[in-house]
Amino acid sequence: MRPPVPTEMSCRELVELVTAWHEGALPLADRTRFEMHLCLCTGCRGYVQQMRRTIEVTGRLTEEDVAPAARKDLLRAFRQFARSKGEPR
Amino acid sequence: MIETTADRPPDPRADAEILLALRRGEEAAFIALVNRHHASMVRVARGWLHDRALAEEAAQEAWLGALEGMARFEGRSSVRTWLFGILANCARQRAAREARSVPLSSLEPKGDGDVPAVEPSRFLADNHSRWPGHWARAPEPWAEEQLATRETAEAARRAIEELPPSQRQVITLRDVEGLSAEEACAVLGLSEGNQRVLLHRARARVRAALERHLQGEET
Repeated sequence: MRPPVPTEMSCRELVELVTAWHEGALPLADRTRFEMHLCLCTGCRGYVQQMRRTIEVTGRLTEEDVAPAARKDLLRAFRQFARSKGEPR
Repeated sequence: MIETTADRPPDPRADAEILLALRRGEEAAFIALVNRHHASMVRVARGWLHDRALAEEAAQEAWLGALEGMARFEGRSSVRTWLFGILANCARQRAAREARSVPLSSLEPKGDGDVPAVEPSRFLADNHSRWPGHWARAPEPWAEEQLATRETAEAARRAIEELPPSQRQVITLRDVEGLSAEEACAVLGLSEGNQRVLLHRARARVRAALERHLQGEET
């Protein structure tokens, strides 16, 4: 692993800016320092890659389906609601 | 009688179109929206309510709120963001009621804000002669096949459950449900900057948990 250019962003600083960088929220000067550091530092490239993987794993936590009981309750509530709206006042 | 079919084929219409049908009183439209969003709403409610049953109740209450309020929906946000907004209110209120009946220690810890994204011991000192603030122990690549396992997903889920509520709310909306920053801010009533800070802390903690899981590290 090679060190980043001295006086540039440190690895310790970079890991705190990863989200702002991802979100496109870094001012241009910081973004340039960030990306220059990334070009030169395998450790930080590894960190950014781990962050991407973390986001991917989190994005897969969606497998649960609607419980049948919940669906039944909701349908009952809907019918009650529809009836109350349909009634003449 | 229309059954509550889980096996009904997915409704091909867009949310906004389904909502119009629902306003006309179409029951199938309601079922279609529930099938599409209810599981997400329960997940999002858990940002405030650890207990699954309470989260389920909050989601059900939100559907009633949506039925009551649908005439006022103007389409300025997506239907999903609108539903999540109603849900956030229901879940927040329910959590506030719960908080009155649970011990203080289980409330959101204060001042956990300044935890660094990465354990400080992973870096060399800032006054290191050659590589100040550089990695002392750099992150290692993760094996793709291990990332796809159920155990890894479970480790991520546990890490999210253990986050402070405000961080859990943000990461659930952004990374689990895939909302944009703008949408998440609208649902949670946060500024862009706050949203980003919370997301940053949440992701950093989940990453650290995955690292411990994948590399068997004790940090």
